[in-house]
Amino acid sequence: MDAAAPRPKENQGEPLPRVDARLKVTGQAHYPADLPAASIAYGALATSSIARGKVTKLRLDDARAVPGVLDIVTYGDMDKIDKPKFGNSSATSIGPLHDRTIFHDGQIIALAVAETFEAAEEAAQLIRAEYEEDKPTASFDSPGTKTVAAAGKSPMFKEDVKAGDFDAAFAAAAVKIDQRYSTPTQHHNPIELFSTTAYWQGDQLVVHEPSQNVTGWKVELARQLKMDPANVRIVSPFIGGAFGSKGPMTPRTAIVAVAAKRLGRPVRCVTSRMQAFGTQTYRAETRHRIRIGAGKDGRITAFAHEGWEVTSRPDLYVVGGTSATGRMYGYGSVLTHVSLVQADRNTPGYMRSPPETPYVYALENAMDEMAVALGMDPVEFRRINEPKTEPIGKKPFSSRSLIQCYDQAAEAFGWARRDPKIGAMRDGEWLIGMGCATAIYPTAVAPCAARVRLTVDGDVRLQCGSHEIGTGVRTVAGQMASERLGVAIDKISVEMGDSSLPPAPVSGGSISTASVCSAVLKACDAIRTKLFAAATAEGGPLAGSHNEEFDLADGKIVAKSGASAKVENVLKAMQVGAIEEYAEFAPKGATPEALKKLYAGTPEFHGGEQDEDSVKYAFGAEFVEVRINRYTREIRVPRIVGAFAAGRIMNTRTARSQLMGGMIWGIGQALHEATEVDRRYARYVNRDLQDYLVPVNADIKDLQVILVPEIDHAVNPAGVKGLGELGNVGTAAAVASAVFHATGKRIRDLPIRIEQLLV
Amino acid sequence: MRPFVYEQPTDISAAVALASNFTTRDDQPTRANAQFIAGGTNLADYMKLGVAEPNRLLDLNRLEEQKLRQIRVTEDGIRFGALVRMGEAADHREIKERYPVIAESLHLAASGQIRNMASLAGNVLQRTRCEYFRETSWACNKRMPGSGCAAMDGFNRQHAVLGGSTACIATYHGDFAQALIALDAVVLTEGSRGARKIPFAKLHRQPGDTPHIETDLAADEIITAIEVPALPWGRRSLYLKIRDRESYAFALASAAVALDLDGETVREARIALGGVATVPWRASAAEEVLQGKKLDDASAGAAADAAFAEAQPRQHNAFKIELGKRTLVRALLETRDMKV
Ligand SMILES: Cc1cc2nc3c(=O)[nH]c(=O)nc-3n(C[C@H](O)[C@H](O)[C@H](O)COP(=O)(O)OP(=O)(O)OC[C@H]3O[C@@H](n4cnc5c(N)ncnc54)[C@H](O)[C@@H]3O)c2cc1C
Ligand code: SF4
Repeated sequence: MDAAAPRPKENQGEPLPRVDARLKVTGQAHYPADLPAASIAYGALATSSIARGKVTKLRLDDARAVPGVLDIVTYGDMDKIDKPKFGNSSATSIGPLHDRTIFHDGQIIALAVAETFEAAEEAAQLIRAEYEEDKPTASFDSPGTKTVAAAGKSPMFKEDVKAGDFDAAFAAAAVKIDQRYSTPTQHHNPIELFSTTAYWQGDQLVVHEPSQNVTGWKVELARQLKMDPANVRIVSPFIGGAFGSKGPMTPRTAIVAVAAKRLGRPVRCVTSRMQAFGTQTYRAETRHRIRIGAGKDGRITAFAHEGWEVTSRPDLYVVGGTSATGRMYGYGSVLTHVSLVQADRNTPGYMRSPPETPYVYALENAMDEMAVALGMDPVEFRRINEPKTEPIGKKPFSSRSLIQCYDQAAEAFGWARRDPKIGAMRDGEWLIGMGCATAIYPTAVAPCAARVRLTVDGDVRLQCGSHEIGTGVRTVAGQMASERLGVAIDKISVEMGDSSLPPAPVSGGSISTASVCSAVLKACDAIRTKLFAAATAEGGPLAGSHNEEFDLADGKIVAKSGASAKVENVLKAMQVGAIEEYAEFAPKGATPEALKKLYAGTPEFHGGEQDEDSVKYAFGAEFVEVRINRYTREIRVPRIVGAFAAGRIMNTRTARSQLMGGMIWGIGQALHEATEVDRRYARYVNRDLQDYLVPVNADIKDLQVILVPEIDHAVNPAGVKGLGELGNVGTAAAVASAVFHATGKRIRDLPIRIEQLLV
Repeated sequence: MRPFVYEQPTDISAAVALASNFTTRDDQPTRANAQFIAGGTNLADYMKLGVAEPNRLLDLNRLEEQKLRQIRVTEDGIRFGALVRMGEAADHREIKERYPVIAESLHLAASGQIRNMASLAGNVLQRTRCEYFRETSWACNKRMPGSGCAAMDGFNRQHAVLGGSTACIATYHGDFAQALIALDAVVLTEGSRGARKIPFAKLHRQPGDTPHIETDLAADEIITAIEVPALPWGRRSLYLKIRDRESYAFALASAAVALDLDGETVREARIALGGVATVPWRASAAEEVLQGKKLDDASAGAAADAAFAEAQPRQHNAFKIELGKRTLVRALLETRDMKV
């Protein structure tokens, strides 16, 4: 097997190729904006060039005069529908065309609709706004910010976790640090642009749009348009990169739906990459203060993590990663606090491991500093602080294989060869540095429904309204059905990405594999029960063998004793052409409302730190080698090794691919990525891939992913921990640690750039 | 994107005639109604963004003169046809051997796809990537004369520290041009006022009070060839490009260096600097410092100091002075140590 398809170890599934791989590489996978629709009209957005103020006048004459222009949707045209409601399904509470107030740079001011894309774009560019402009507030330190405590103010953030008496413990600690860290603004920039295609069939609205939450959007869009959700359908069969950006619906969707209604024609609007910076969500900049106190033996007695996050004026979006950092190690005492800093910016949103990426970066950079202060090997320092129970609620971990991850990654990386002296390792003109950090991600699971049908011909059809955002969930769901029903994967068709399918939760929080597989498992088990009952019933092919254990394999029911019967014959005996089961999975601890909320598009999440019995996390350890030129100080990462343990691995190929992508992104977060905000105007400056840098192939050399076997039955019936977001947690701290090792310079503000190493 | 007329003239004189028909004498090539297009990797991008707004595109790719597509390396030097693609020139065996600085400057630019599309003339004429220039809602003296310069007190990390003015500090981002200016290249043009030979160092204009005037060319003037005079010691030359990532990024600082050495003593040095200046930048002061000196850390450092003596930093680009100096020192020492 090659590196892309690691040989499965214990509790790990086969590296089956993705079921849709061929469709994707041959261009036959149709993404939402590929939908061919007769008589389609094209929409283009016009957006504001100020961040705060009021639109006093819109001049539309030039735009209307462009040949082929059909309509311009703007102020007044949305009055009869409701504004978005900020929450899980809506990115913002701003109804940009409901109100002439400008809350942020790049806010939608109109949608031009025309016969061609080119005409729509030209018209949109010709729409001229006059503003009454107020001085905007850009970010931290700008005059005019408003700072509020997250806890109590936002339903997204319950509490500032704490334990013991931090102040006393910190005061008494023999070795301590008190440092500040920061992470920049980041935009997802998926290669597939954001788009909405809407058309009406009578009272029915159909929207094709890349979405990580078709059920939630259906309900929210129906609410905005004052419709019965049964009349709204969201279709999103393939998604070309999402990373959270396609989780919440933006105001554009309803605007395009209204345009299609006015025109009586399908309307498609693809936003430009530049416009996406203001019309979609993003990861806001964060700041951190961390204090750690320890005894000379390296045991941490005091840990405090304070975080500040930028959000918009209207919406209190929170990431609040202290819940994870406060439970990471066996601290003696914990103090945390999260503050939100409101500025004239668009509302931030989920971006791959939203809380953990910035918060764990700060924690792990601080851990490395602490190891240096203690004169201790950073791996050893973590080993010493490995807890039995988490420090906040004193609950056990459902499973925790962090040390196994460190050991296996360290071995593969060759950590033993590291000379701990700063700047001691060199290769000619290049300084070499080695560093490491911990990755953590909470294991959550949500209710989910699925329909599975097994036909007499041995075909399986699996339907679930989850989303193929590139993770391979279609493949692993099919694999689960394949295993449980004893049917080869090529006999299984998997349908996803449509709100008319059985509802699944938002594809976020790394819950999809666990939730979807648990529902598929339940549906398949119901089919098995029916089959086994029919087979063993009187007159059935396995009559009389009631107390036996059965399994399904190769289209047969196989008894432990060795007796077997063809599934086909059992179905024939039942006189049915197919067995179809609709299963609703609700996790342990679900409230009585849980399934109702699933259909309402507001699913409950369980697991993580919320359960009574234990806290549930996946862990990993990442090791990085950097090379820095002695003169010019450019930083390269020739080598990175990550070892991760995440319960049952459904498919080692797709799991590795997720983790690899995460680690590459982590390198990008360490060295490249940042959206620059012009402080004078609160506007984004580098709004394209020319200036918003991400790693290219040449930046990624030797990358190794190790899947550490782990068994955890407590997390969910499938035994799966999500790993989609685990890979890019900690990476940036590992890079910072390696940069310090090479140069003696501790960089606390991301991204780490050449200019920070020149001084 | 605005509609435009697209024409495909079939020879140089037809292209010149079309251009002079649809432009007037004082038009800047980048602001004229009719503009030439070669690979389109720069111009088409700016048309989509509404930064360039020609009504008429004159596509040069159908011009029948074969010399436009040829590279000739002789004892007199190199002659590059204007339509030669960057990739072809970067891979040219003799150029790689005899003038590595040229081949490397091309090879380290853009991406394989762009190098296969982009022409050499288009490359030297590429316009700045200043973020505030690229997006039409910002004030920009280059794009809209007199509107101001949003970059001056804005996010100017990539901007120039050499050759700027109070009107504009946009960097000239091309790499190839640094090799050309270091090697005293000459640009051959044809236009309605006849053929010209322009020293490469005179092709681009510093912004001064008129940042919208970018080159010495008239709107109906076509670059037909670029000539590089022979440099017998050109084998000892290199292009060093420092950037945020390993590939597919513009230079934060770069240096084109060629050295004629007598043992360790410099007989003659050719030095140009990229990523730090508003135009292709010949560092003559640095060359003079080195002449007749032993090339070591100290003299390389003195040359770098001379190269940046006049540098003017802004808020976010001050590091380019230190980085530019170190880039030059490293390039000089690496060139000295080349085995030729
Ligand atoms: C993502 C990206 C990364 C890049 N990275 C780099 C890099 O690292 N280094 C680098 O040096 N460059 C880089 N480039 C720039 C690239 O090299 C230029 O876009 C390209 O060389 C332009 O050549 P072209 O033939 O496509 O020009 P066009 O876009 O066709 O034309 C550019 C300009 O030249 C004029 N013109 C073209 N030919 C003639 C002629 N014969 N006579 C008169 N006028 C003419 C046009 O009117 C136009 O104004 C990058 C570009 C992109 C898009
Ligand atoms: S630096 Fe030059 S190109 Fe950039 S905004 Fe200022 S005037 Fe325009």
